[in-house]
Amino acid sequence: MTKEYKTITEISGPLVFVEKTEPVGYGELVEIRTASGEVKRGQVLDTSDEIVVVQVFEGTGGLSKDSSVRFTGDVIKMPLSPSIIGRVLSGSGRPRDGGPPIVPEVEREIIGAAINPASREKPRAFIQTGISTIDGTNTLVRGQKLPIFSGAGLPHNDVALQIARQAKVVGEAEQFAVVFCAMGITNEEAQHFMADFERTGALERAVIFLNLADDPAVERLLTPKLGLTTAEYLAFDLDMHVLVIYTDMTNYCESLRQMGAAREEVPGRRGYPGYMYTDLATNYERAGIIKGKKGSITQFPILTMPGDDITHPIPDLSGYITEGQLIVSRELHRKGIYPPIDIRPSLSRLMNSGIGAGHTREDHRAVSDQLYAYYAEGCDLRGLAAIVGKEALSERDKLILEFADQFERRFVNQGRDEDRSIIETLTIGWELLSMLPETMLTRIDDKYIKKYHPKYAGTAKKE
Amino acid sequence: MEVGRVKRVAGPVVQAVGLKASMYDLVLVGEEGLMSEVIGISGDKHIIQVYEDTSGIKPGEPVKETGGPLVAQLGPGILTQIYDGVQRPLPLLAERSGDFISRGLFVDGVDHKKKWEFQPLVKKGDTVKPGQPIGVVQEQLLIKHKIMVPPKHKGGVVKEIYSGNFTVEETVCVLEDGSQLTMLQKWPVRQARPVVRKLPPTIPLRTGQRVIDGFFPLAKGGTAAIPGGFGTGKTVMQQTLSKWSDVDIVIYVGCGERGNEMADLLHEFPELVDPRTNRPLLERSIVYANTSNMPVAAREASIYTGMTTAEYYRDMGYDVLMTADSTSRWAEAMRELASRLEEMPGEEGYPAYLAARLADFYERAGRAEILAGGEGSVAVVGAVSPPGGDFTEPVTQNTLRIVKVFWALDSRLTQRRHFPSINWLDSYSLYEKDLESWYAENVAADWNQLKRRAMAILQENAELEEIVMLVGSDALPEDQQLTLEVARMIINFWLAQSAFHPVDTFCPYKKQYDLMKAILTYRDYAFDALHRGVAVDQIKSVPSKDALAKLRMVEDYEPELKKVMDQMKAEFEALK
Repeated sequence: MTKEYKTITEISGPLVFVEKTEPVGYGELVEIRTASGEVKRGQVLDTSDEIVVVQVFEGTGGLSKDSSVRFTGDVIKMPLSPSIIGRVLSGSGRPRDGGPPIVPEVEREIIGAAINPASREKPRAFIQTGISTIDGTNTLVRGQKLPIFSGAGLPHNDVALQIARQAKVVGEAEQFAVVFCAMGITNEEAQHFMADFERTGALERAVIFLNLADDPAVERLLTPKLGLTTAEYLAFDLDMHVLVIYTDMTNYCESLRQMGAAREEVPGRRGYPGYMYTDLATNYERAGIIKGKKGSITQFPILTMPGDDITHPIPDLSGYITEGQLIVSRELHRKGIYPPIDIRPSLSRLMNSGIGAGHTREDHRAVSDQLYAYYAEGCDLRGLAAIVGKEALSERDKLILEFADQFERRFVNQGRDEDRSIIETLTIGWELLSMLPETMLTRIDDKYIKKYHPKYAGTAKKE
Repeated sequence: MEVGRVKRVAGPVVQAVGLKASMYDLVLVGEEGLMSEVIGISGDKHIIQVYEDTSGIKPGEPVKETGGPLVAQLGPGILTQIYDGVQRPLPLLAERSGDFISRGLFVDGVDHKKKWEFQPLVKKGDTVKPGQPIGVVQEQLLIKHKIMVPPKHKGGVVKEIYSGNFTVEETVCVLEDGSQLTMLQKWPVRQARPVVRKLPPTIPLRTGQRVIDGFFPLAKGGTAAIPGGFGTGKTVMQQTLSKWSDVDIVIYVGCGERGNEMADLLHEFPELVDPRTNRPLLERSIVYANTSNMPVAAREASIYTGMTTAEYYRDMGYDVLMTADSTSRWAEAMRELASRLEEMPGEEGYPAYLAARLADFYERAGRAEILAGGEGSVAVVGAVSPPGGDFTEPVTQNTLRIVKVFWALDSRLTQRRHFPSINWLDSYSLYEKDLESWYAENVAADWNQLKRRAMAILQENAELEEIVMLVGSDALPEDQQLTLEVARMIINFWLAQSAFHPVDTFCPYKKQYDLMKAILTYRDYAFDALHRGVAVDQIKSVPSKDALAKLRMVEDYEPELKKVMDQMKAEFEALK
């Protein structure tokens, strides 16, 4: 039995300073009992011969110098068993659905060790989300981490839910699960997610971690780690394909900054700690596929960009770790287009390994590049048209302008329950490209034009 | 060797007492013996950065000295390896600890059991000097690994020299003074290996990328920076360079990289075939993979470990290309460690010695006269990832003060799917002048002029585009409309290059020249026709012009090109 100490010397924000006699390990799990008998959990942030600094996850309210501190001699672990599927847990992993505690089959450290890069399998299984702007132009593959960068008041949650509903690998029946981590979202938002999970039956194969806006901010630092430890268990022990959605990473980073300030650390950009990149990486990098294992982890972090500013440290650092990003655009949203994904700044870095012959269709890359090129040019031309008027534009420019409008209306825009197959998406792409003369399709090989251009439909042999 | 004890643990930084170790000495922390490095000494305390996760380490645990700094092991068998930042082979780590990397594993960078066939190059009685090859091992089918007298060894007269199969630890040569030489060298990673002198950069490093070779060439032994916000195609660019550059050895340092991208690289590398030799590219490569979630201190070390192996092959007389992706992650690792040490921060929280460290690193590149006589080179391409694409931030600025080539990746080009997204107006190469005579002799006498003409057209295009943004292109005079058209051809038919197209991904010098010449020939015909009074729309719609677009994707393009040019000539003659 480990000793209890009543030697708290200072409580400052989420931090508790304890003087002690025995050596305590870095990162160790700590339990603090208040006078009223409530037990709060924390973690060792700094340990030395003289003093130990503990970060308390569940808030320091109710703690006093009389509270007794117990060092467990162990790092924080997540209890796991197959029965965890279907459960709703708090942001620190305690039952929130009124159910019993999880009887663990295994316990895993929540600070996951890094996957050995040499043991990773290259992700290349195309996931069809049924959304054209993703499947067609920013293709997702299994094992990828693709965040949604959004802004306040935009329908990023609807997009995430639609992906969760529709995502599948074509022609494969598989075991899959959803891990949903909510960090600091409002009760209302949480209800929205839960209602959708219930409506579609997803709840039965989901594990849900809820840290709501009024839950302790420090607890948020734990939530994704618990969720990802669960995801690793489901993927690599139980052979499931796991989709992890966590929202909102911005709240997580705010907590990180809050902790940094409490520890009086030297702040980095905009007050966020210098190690934020490494900290984010230890979450985001827990996605992927391992050689010889059946399961996989695909991540959809959602973050709202403060002031829609993509250069803000949170989206900026995230973008350097994740394999691309989907940008939800206010401008498209105002035009009434759903999903308002702006493909120009969006990117999927693993797209190339998941598309083409054998995955989607041989012409996919070329069609996507061509759509991108003229849509981007069309958007630039809008600025010009606003100054000189459409009439002053050249014929070619007018054509491209019209193309961009149609692209938004027919390719980007789709129903909230519309599940387009990749072939449907590419067909829409070709229809749009056929608005332009064939000589303008410089990025597409002639053989694909002959094979897929609507003009030649019926003349070439179908695949 | 002293054994000290841990006094304080805060993240990757540990304080210990009771040590005698010097700065940058390697020490082993805790019961598990975690690899660590001394980075500060203050009073009786040693400040130590640990290369692995420190969870569970307690005050009072032992700290063991190893008696020296972090070294790279250098010897046959490094090629084809995939290492982490402190030169532990990742496949061996996977064998030992499974799919996730556990702590406290100590694995040799070079296999100490494998036997290599050593062929002596010197005989008994010969005098050998530092750096001189005493023998050779066929490390890979096409790469001979020279076994050299270590640079810090004083050399001497050969007393015994053996030939046959040996492990790297067995003696292959004995000198008169009794010193025994093996095939294994150990070199402190933070120290540059010596050369006789550095040589000027007068030979281009061919990359097969039109925009680079043509407009912004890199020299052998040169330094280049690729800055770019995320999503500008930086990583693809670096991978393309590793694949296609005409160097003997490629060293790829993934510093704070994405795990899936490393997996992609490790998956792709063994399948890639070196276009010059038809052998797997991996046979001449070394990969350092320290992903962003692997320990931050090992990330900081990875750049130096990579550079040390690069210098080692340079010392054998090889041309080496080292790509570091990304040096910003490296600088951030420095910042993170500095902040844990509670050092006074400089600009944006980076340590004040950031500029000095960057300069030290890039200065280790270069073409040089090596100790053995002859030449070798290490070229460095460092990616920087400026936060928010802001080039004024300290890492980018300090890098630009040192490197000679700047390939400015541009997200606007990426959005238009123009690859490689190197902005042709913002980029520069200070090697251009040094390399002109090489190009004139080896590619074509008029290549330098053609390049200048093309560049002038692109410059004019940029100015005209601003006007077009205001008034539309139809309002421009006809000759300027033509210039826009020619610029568009240079951009779409020549500057754009697909890394994923089997033919277009690599473009030889001759083809670069021929295609540019064809575009500028069109320009000459076009202006000639304009002066004869032909309407611009007619000139712009000659069919042969569009035929040029696809030539870059044709392997055996020459007959086709001739046909197109003949057709173009005929079409312009027919224009009235």
